[in-house]
Amino acid sequence: MILEVKEVSKQFGGLKALSDVAFELPEGQILGLIGPNGAGKTTLFNVINGVFTPEQGRVIFRGEDVTGRTSYEMARRGLSRAHQVVRPLTDLTVRENVMVGACFGRERLGLRAAARKADEALTRVGLIDRSDQPAGNLNVAQKKRLEMARALAAQPYLILLDEVLAGLNPSEITSMMATVRAIRDEGVTILMIEHVMQAIMSISDRLLVLDYGTLIAAGPPKEVANNPQVIEAYLGDPKLTAKLMAE
Amino acid sequence: MSFWRSPGFWLNFLLIFVGGALVLLIHQDTLRETAFTVLMYIALASSLNIIMGLTGYVNFGHIVFFGLGGYFGFFMLSQMGWPLYLSMLAGGCLSAAVALVIGAAVLRLRGAYFALATIGVNEAARAFVANFKPFGGATGLFVNFSVYDQYGGSASALWWIFTLLWIVATLTVVVGYLVKHSRFGLGLIAIREDEDAAMVMGVRAPLAKTIAFALSAFFPALVGTLYFFKNGNVEPEDAFRFQLSLEILVMVMLGGKGLVLGPILGAFAYERLRGYLLISPLFKNLHLALSGGILLVIVLFVPGGVVGWFRERFPRLRRLLE
Repeated sequence: MILEVKEVSKQFGGLKALSDVAFELPEGQILGLIGPNGAGKTTLFNVINGVFTPEQGRVIFRGEDVTGRTSYEMARRGLSRAHQVVRPLTDLTVRENVMVGACFGRERLGLRAAARKADEALTRVGLIDRSDQPAGNLNVAQKKRLEMARALAAQPYLILLDEVLAGLNPSEITSMMATVRAIRDEGVTILMIEHVMQAIMSISDRLLVLDYGTLIAAGPPKEVANNPQVIEAYLGDPKLTAKLMAE
Repeated sequence: MSFWRSPGFWLNFLLIFVGGALVLLIHQDTLRETAFTVLMYIALASSLNIIMGLTGYVNFGHIVFFGLGGYFGFFMLSQMGWPLYLSMLAGGCLSAAVALVIGAAVLRLRGAYFALATIGVNEAARAFVANFKPFGGATGLFVNFSVYDQYGGSASALWWIFTLLWIVATLTVVVGYLVKHSRFGLGLIAIREDEDAAMVMGVRAPLAKTIAFALSAFFPALVGTLYFFKNGNVEPEDAFRFQLSLEILVMVMLGGKGLVLGPILGAFAYERLRGYLLISPLFKNLHLALSGGILLVIVLFVPGGVVGWFRERFPRLRRLLE
């Protein structure tokens, strides 16, 4: 197991954002994380990569208890993340952005090696022809690719992708999915949040469903899609839904 | 990195190195006095740029390191009889150590809160020193004039002090350049752009910021020791001039924050402007109002400063204007 999350709970004031979330992620898999808005998906990512410390429960990464570690320690241990709201370092060029990932990630490369690694990662995500532009000049789809390149350049064991497909058009989605698959084929484990159902159903080995901070289903995508609880979370009353679908 | 092959490095280095060397060659007292002020401003502004320009933490109290470090250096020199260069280093080390401690606490604050805290630090340091007996309290410390004899009399001591300041200013600029173009510097710039994202990418922000803060605190102490030694005395009102702290900030903004060349040109231009305003009958009481006005115009219309503006207009010059 590359990642084990054990009975994690996280509270914001009176709001329980996560309660007793537990799952395991074997190496080399793509695990999809879905759920309605506000279900706690991004909070779970924040707990896993050390932005938040959970009130309860443990996070085990590569056999080591990493609960309460800071985000930069997690990055050094080989955990990368692409943000939902893209956060390019606007004043830096695209290449320099990716170099930050390479310099301070798992391998902790020097500047020269980091520049080479950055070009490699930018080629992977198809952004190499933009490498000398300021990152602020990119459009949304390109910024998502940049997030991805930055995460990749750190050469992580596990990569957290937070809605990398959101806001992309169908052809961009297809090419982004191919990139995600290629990353997995190199042996990097992937945990991804996604709202584009068709995409996440086809790409994930397993799916987790969060609703109001609780894990309500886990399993192969087909199984999860037919789970009445999941349908209820997304659409409301399952019987009514079934009736509506039938009509 | 191969900084010696970069035209930007050489422009910065030669500007300050040749400038200082010319003054030494011409060997004229009034020129030396002007150049002393210019070099002092360059060293102060360039050191402030390490924390403010690279990490984006606006420090209103940079002068505290000039005051505190200078005080300590002057104390070692005048009371303990240490040689000048050792006293300078002692002041620098104390200043950096103080910055490590203050930084560990204050750098947790972001944006306006950090800026406010730095003002508080300066005022607190001034009040502390004014009541600290070993530093002479409110009257400060004096140097025994026989000390100048070691340097061949006071006239030759002044040239000796100028030479040291020239070296310190050059060193500050070179260190500023090296930091900016290092892996450490890339981490600092990442912090400036988005601290949380930088941490997620593995930048150890709390430590990196504190080291940058200590580094920016080291050089003002060297300048302070030289400045007070040149004056022959040090007192709290002269050491912790909040006004000077603001003026250094204007210099950095005027030239261009985050660029090595920015503070150099900004300090030079500001010194010239200030000199002109102080002797003009119309403006002599208004020079601070004018520097406030300059700051306002820069922040509103040219946030990148003069050098930043040129870089934007002429992308080809980017490799030169670093």
